[in-house]
Formats: sequence, C-alpha cells, structure tokens
Amino acid sequence: MAELFLEVFGEEIPARMQVAAEQRMAETLSKALKDAGLGGDAPRSWSGPRRIAVSISGVATSQPDLNEERRGPRADAPEQAIAGFLKGAGISRDQAETRSTPKGDFLFAVINKKGQAASDVIPDMISGLLAQFSWPKSMRWGRGKQRWVRPLHRINVIFDGKPLAGTMPLSDQADDQIAFGALSFGHRMLSPQDVPLTTGDAYEDALAPHFVMVDRQKRIDHITATMADMTASENRVVKDDQGLMAEVAGLVEYPHPIMGTIQDDFMSLPQEILVVSMRSHQKYFAVLEQDGKLAPRFITIANMTPDAARDDMIRAGNERVLSARLADARFFWDQDRAAPLESGLPRLKGITFFEGLGSMSDKADRMAKLAGVIAEKIGADVNAAKRAALLAKADLVSETVGEFPELQGIIGGYLAAFDESEAVATAITDHYRPEGPQDTVPSDPLTIAVALADKIDTLTGFFGIGELPTGSKDPFALRRAALGVLRLVAQNNLDLRLNEVFTEATKGFSFEKSSDELLPFLHDRLKVWLRDQGIRHDVVTAVVRMNDSRHDDLVHLISLAQTLADVLTSDDGQGLMAGYRRASNILSAEEKKDKATYNGDVNKDLLQGDAEQSLFKEVVTLSEYTLKSTDDMVAQINRLGQLRGPIDAFFDQTTVNDDDANIRVNRLNLLGKIRGLMEILADFSAIEG
Amino acid sequence: MTSSSSLDRRKSFQSIILTLQQYWADQGCVILQPYDMEVGAGTFHPATTLRSLGPDDVWNAAYVQPSRRPSDGRFGDNPNRLQHYYQFQVIMKPSPANSQDLYLGSLKAIGLDPMNHDIRFVEDDWESPTLGAAGLGWEVWCDGMEVSQFTYFQQVGGIDCDPVPVELTYGLERLVMFIQGVDNVYDLDWDGVPKDQGGKVYGDIFHGAEVDYSHHNFDRANTAMLFQHFQDAEKECASLLGADHPLPLPAYDQCMKASHIFNLLDARGVISVAERQGYIGRVRALAKGCCEAWVAQGKTKNHPDQKDLANG
Repeated sequence: MAELFLEVFGEEIPARMQVAAEQRMAETLSKALKDAGLGGDAPRSWSGPRRIAVSISGVATSQPDLNEERRGPRADAPEQAIAGFLKGAGISRDQAETRSTPKGDFLFAVINKKGQAASDVIPDMISGLLAQFSWPKSMRWGRGKQRWVRPLHRINVIFDGKPLAGTMPLSDQADDQIAFGALSFGHRMLSPQDVPLTTGDAYEDALAPHFVMVDRQKRIDHITATMADMTASENRVVKDDQGLMAEVAGLVEYPHPIMGTIQDDFMSLPQEILVVSMRSHQKYFAVLEQDGKLAPRFITIANMTPDAARDDMIRAGNERVLSARLADARFFWDQDRAAPLESGLPRLKGITFFEGLGSMSDKADRMAKLAGVIAEKIGADVNAAKRAALLAKADLVSETVGEFPELQGIIGGYLAAFDESEAVATAITDHYRPEGPQDTVPSDPLTIAVALADKIDTLTGFFGIGELPTGSKDPFALRRAALGVLRLVAQNNLDLRLNEVFTEATKGFSFEKSSDELLPFLHDRLKVWLRDQGIRHDVVTAVVRMNDSRHDDLVHLISLAQTLADVLTSDDGQGLMAGYRRASNILSAEEKKDKATYNGDVNKDLLQGDAEQSLFKEVVTLSEYTLKSTDDMVAQINRLGQLRGPIDAFFDQTTVNDDDANIRVNRLNLLGKIRGLMEILADFSAIEG
Repeated sequence: MTSSSSLDRRKSFQSIILTLQQYWADQGCVILQPYDMEVGAGTFHPATTLRSLGPDDVWNAAYVQPSRRPSDGRFGDNPNRLQHYYQFQVIMKPSPANSQDLYLGSLKAIGLDPMNHDIRFVEDDWESPTLGAAGLGWEVWCDGMEVSQFTYFQQVGGIDCDPVPVELTYGLERLVMFIQGVDNVYDLDWDGVPKDQGGKVYGDIFHGAEVDYSHHNFDRANTAMLFQHFQDAEKECASLLGADHPLPLPAYDQCMKASHIFNLLDARGVISVAERQGYIGRVRALAKGCCEAWVAQGKTKNHPDQKDLANG
C-alpha cells in the first residue's frame, strides 16, 4: 500500500471557489483510484489561494489481475455483432474460442489481463481528471486550449514517495504542456523559490518555512486568535463574521491581522454603513465595544509576516483607503438625509418592479393597502402599518442604497427615524425579514404586517402573471418569500386565513383572481418546514391538504400535524389506526364490489348486539362535536383515540358481511361514519405503518 | 519664498508614466501614444480591442490613454472622482506565463516594492457590454487600495480570443495618489518641480477643465445634436463595413464615437432606464461588426499590415 499525493499550483483562485474545488478534487481522485481497482483510504485535502492538494493513503501499487470469461454471440452471428463483442473484450477473432453449448455454438473470450502497476496508471488518470475538472467559471490563457480557473503552473504528483512522470497537454502543440514534478513554490513575496515535496504528511512542514500555511483551519484559527488578542488588549471584541472569515482565509497564505483606526469624524455615520463599507469593499473585520457599539477600529488581514515598519506602512495605506471609501459613503448619506424619506416616493415610479406588475411606486401603494388589511386582522396599528408599508421601498432611490444595495431597509429605517414614529422606522428596517431560513423572524405586529404585505404582494403578483419557479430556477426568490410568509405566520401564531389576504392582494393587480397554485405552493413549503421540525412525513401528508376545511390557515395545519403526530405515538393512536385500516379496507373492498359509496345514515333498529350498539353510540357522540376551530379539531383527534376499544370489540364480535343484506349495508354505513369522522380531520389513508 | 516641494521627483505623476513606459518598453512592448479620440477606457484603443483579435500572432503594447466618463464629473469638488482621467494600459498577446511577475516588477519600478507592502490578487471578472468583451482576472490591491485591473481576455466583440491576451490597466491618478500619499487628486504633484519654481499640481492643470466639462456633460451638451450624431456614427459605421471593401479601422472610429456620445447622453439624463439597454446593444453591434471585419481582413491579403510585410 502506498500514498498518492497531488498538488496543483497556479495563479490566485477566487476565494469563494477554493473549498468546493478542494472537495471535488479529493472526491474525483478517490473515485478514480477505486474505479481503477487501486482502492485507497479516505482522502485528506488542502486548499488556499494558489494551491489545492490531495493525499490518499492505502493505494495499491498495482491493479489486481483480471481473469474473466465472457460469453459472446453465436459463432454464426452477423459480423457486426461479433465485431462489437471482440472490441468490448479487447481481443482479436483468433483469440476468441468457439464452444458448443446445448443452445448452439457460441464465441467465448477468455481474458487474462495482468494488472498494471499503479505508477503506470496514475499519470493518465490525473491528467484526465484535471482536464475534465469543472470550475464555476473557467478560462484559457496564452496559446492554450485547456481551461482552468486561472493559469495553472505546476502539477506535482508523488506516489509511494517518488515523483511520477506525466504531462498534461495545454493545447495541441506538442511542447505546450505541463510536465508533472515534485516541486511546489513558496509564498509569492516572502519565499519565491522551489519547495521539494515528499508526502502528504510532510506537506505542512515542507511549506511552513516558506511562509505558506497550507491548512485552512490553521489559517482561520491563527486569524481568530490574533484578532482576539489585539482587541482584548483594548477591552474590545471582534464582530463575528463567518462569511468574511471564510473569504479572507482564501485570500492569504500567511495571514497577519493588522489593526487600524477609523477616523473619528466618520463614527457618526450609521454603523451599518461603516460595517458594509469595510466588509464588502475592503474585507475588513469590524470591532465592537463591550456594549456592542462599533469601535473606531478595523482589522485587515495582510498576506505578509509581521514587521513593525512594514505593518505601519500597510496600516497607513489601509487607513487612507478606508477614509476615502467612508468619505464617499458619507457624501451619499449626507445627500440622503438632507431630504425626508417620503421625498423618494415619486422617483419609485421610475423603477420597474416587474414587467406586468407595475413600478416600485405601484408596489408601495399596493403594499400600503394590504398592510392595512393585515394589520386589522392581526391587531396592529392600521394607520402606522399603511404608512410604514408605503415608505418601505423609498430608500431604493437613496444614494446610499445605490452604492450598498445590501443596506436596503436599514437605510430606510434610519431615514424614517428623522421624520416618522419609531414604530414605523422599525417596521421599515425589518420588513425584508426573515431573509433566509436562519434569519430572525420579526415579532412586532406592525413589522409583521409590513413584512407580510411585501412578501404576499410579490407572491400574488408573480403567480398572477404565471411567473412560477420551475425546478431549480427561482429568479424572483419566490420560495424564500413563501417561506418568509410561513415563518412569520407560524412563529407569531397568527390567526390568518391566507385566501382572504390573497384576494385582498389581488385587488391591486390587473388580473381577476389569485392563482390557484399559490396556496399549494405554500403548502409545499409548509410540508418541508414541518418535516424539518421533526414531524413524520406521512403525518405531514395526511394533514397538509387542500380539502381541509381550514386549508389556508397555516397555524391550524401546524397544530393538527403536531397533535396527530403525538396521538400516533400513543397506544390508543396505534390501535385507532389499526381499526381505521380494518374499517377502510373492508369499505373500499365492498364499495368496489358494489360500485357504491357507504356514507348513508345508520338505521338504529338494525344494530345487533352490544359491540355494534356501543360503537354506534360512540360515533353519535363524536359526531355531535362542532369542528369549527382548530381547538375543536385538536380535541377531536385526541377523542378519536377512545374509539379504539369499541372498534376492536366490534370487529371481534361482528361479521360485517352479514347474510342479511340490510344488516350488511347498515354495518358498512356505520364504518363509513367512522371513516367520515376521521377524514374530516386528516387523510388517515396516508399514514404509514 | 521657500521651496515648497520636497517630493522625490521620481514620484511625480509624469515620472510614473515615464517609468512605466520605460519598464514595459524593456519588456518588449510597443510604446504607443494615446488614441486621438474620446474613449471611456484604455481598452477601447484599437491597439487593445482590435489587436486582441486578428492576424498578429504576438502583440505586446503599452500606452497612456486619457479616458472620459462624462457622468463621473463632480464640478471639481470631489477629491476622488473625475470625468477625465488617465489609464496606463498594457496588452500582451499571448499572455506570458510570467504575467504576474512582470506586473509586480512594474510596481517595483515605480517605487512600490512588494516586500514593503501587502499585495493581493482579488477575484474580479471583467465585462464590457458595449464592446461585447469579457475576461477573468483580478483587481490588484496594494495595502487595501485597488491599484490595477488584471484581466485575461476571453472574448472581444463576441469573438473568442485565440491566443489569449492579458490586459493590465493602471488607474494612474489613484495609483499616484497612493504613491505620493495624497488624499485629494487635485493635490497630485504633476512634475516634481517645487511650486515656487513654477511646478504644477494636478489641479493647476485640470481643475478648470473638470468644472467646465461637468457643466457641459450635465447641462449644456446639445442633446438633439448628440442624438443625431449617434445616428450618423451608427450609419457611417455600417456603411464602412458594408461595402465590397470593408474598412474596419475607420469603421471602428465611428463605433468609439457612438460609444462616447451615448455616455454623454447618459450623463445628460435623457436616456431612460428602459432605453439604456437598447443603446448599449446598438454600440455592441457596431463593435461586433468592426471586430468581425477586422478578423476577416486579417485572413486576406488585403490587411494593411500583411501587405506591408509582403512588400517589405
């Protein structure tokens, strides 16, 4: 058994692509070895700005010998069939044996293939793998035809401690190729020289003296620890930012955090503007005071070793760059705050929301009406909701949002705080939420009303003109909007009939009625969400259905699903299901035979014996409960568990298919009643096991 | 009167240009002069756009290109934004294997020793919708400041580049501001001559022009005339391409003209959001036509350069 070590080295790989490429390379190499019969343990891998490496131990040094006998076509088969067989087996006509079998004469191929040495197989395997390797975006360079993410310079292949010779062609020119080697390269500035490689185990140590930390996690740990030390000495903390950390770890080979100062006169800007300016343009970490306020500090992660004089130079340069950025941002912000948020409204007419759905101004007007309606239903301040919804999109024409689109909503909130009530400002700030499955869900009623109005307007509109998501394509993020609606309703326990809201929302558009596909679309999101909450998938299917009497009441469906899931874990529930199945099996068999549906009235006089009579009594009692509210239905599900005993007794003591046809029909009708009682609540036929 | 400038003359705006020219000349580049028309960026120069395609198997060139972005005018008030500025442009076809090292050498030549700074290559893919051009590469950061764009062209005028050129673009004002440690573009030392000896800063030379051209770009340019000129340029371009004997170079002049007129109209605010895409598409169609004609010409004996070679 031996180790295969591969390192590819080239020009800077975009940070966002490195980890996925590392994983893909490890997986494809591992699979290629297995497919070639060479086995191999689980791969280890590394990636950074200039290199990706994979090490796989436990690789066989040669392929197993192949001893195989294959039966081919009949000896007198058409030429084509025989040629195909010979080609597939890799033998000539002379080498094929003709054997007599009871079914006639057939051709046989006896293949005894000596396994090749791994070192003969691997070079082509690797050049093939690299030639086929897919990047999210790739390019050609020089005279080459080969694509890679950025120019590729070195391919290092070491097997069993020895370099493997091989080449990867870059074009059809014979000399235009990369020859495999075993020499990596140090840090671009700090150690621009060849670095001999040996094994995966020695990889980190080989490059460490050349100022390359090949282990991504170590780079991250080093950045985290150093930043923590720096800020702790000032009694401050780094603002946590995993996304930025992931990116920065892909921009440096030798991470060296350097802390700089934000000029005082910029500290009066809204903190979000500072953070976004630093993050999106400069990839700086923000630093917080103990009370969570932004501190006048930033941290840049340099790709150099610590050196006092150089650090000062780098710090000063970054401070100047940041000041220029923030001067720009302040210019935009000063322009924006010179006029009230409301003054942006007329300019929303110039922004198309979507062809056929009007301008952003139209959307704002629709949202205002809808938010008013929703506010009334959920007990929020109606006028405040209308006001907040009308102004919610006005910051889209602000200079600051033009520069930093990710600040939409937040800038609106800041601007609203100058002229509007605090509640309205908060609603504007948070109305895009929840923006993803992890984002917090607003709980303030006014914000809920505006957030729902925005999302429901979008959903109703796009569904109304038939722009539905298809497969993986969801260009208008309608799934996210629908999940947002669902989470807003569910987590705030809102008593809201969505069909009523859709009908209201439709009034703002030119189409007549809301799409029939919209509620099922929400149901799909609900199903996924319920399963994520740990509810059994069959319970979800049984409850979330269009023929529930409150199918547009999400909180209702959620309660039912939770109750049913609970009941089914109890003995009563299990017994009830057994009874339901017995009843519905007999019913569907007999209904099929008779071409009838047994849901007629039960004739009391035809009931025979205790078991039948007491089952009937239970059924009557259960039928008398009103089932309007969710609570009614939840209680009914719990009560149904009590039917278990009477159903068992009925089947023990009674034969449904009585000789007397009237008694038989009466019994089927009784079972039909039970089925009816249950199916009001859920589709029990969907419940498994 | 005291000598007010203590600047190392090698850091003056003009010295940086001279140094870059010398450096790239030493690397075997043809040093060209700016193209004599208004363009939005150095990429528009036919030495880049057309020569990225066509018959030259090798083409290495470097030049300064004054560039105009009418809507970036700020009446001389903004320390970082200008409607007229300078790019230093290098184009090398095919891209050399040591492109990055050559580039870093140029930084060292102008006093930015990579050992004294933090230089980074940060993903930035480039696209020019008006030229139908796209490439992959980076913006190059020096201590957090974007000092250059570094792009491997993949397509120009909708045509795949083969071989692939690399384009290096230095934003000269920003780069020299960084080198001189100046926060306001108008304070840039242009010539390294002390003020009391008649030395000039950037503002002495260009501030008045920024003010006047901002008025022109935003308020005064005659839009009816510009619309007409756009159409004329478009028509002339088509006519120069359409004849039995297409003339891609003169036709491409009309394409550049149309592009600049579009930028002016855009600054004047007379092109709506909806119309914008349409105009960009029209300029792209011209660029595409010129590039196609240029490539076709390169394949025949009619190409001026090929003829010269044959006769020489």
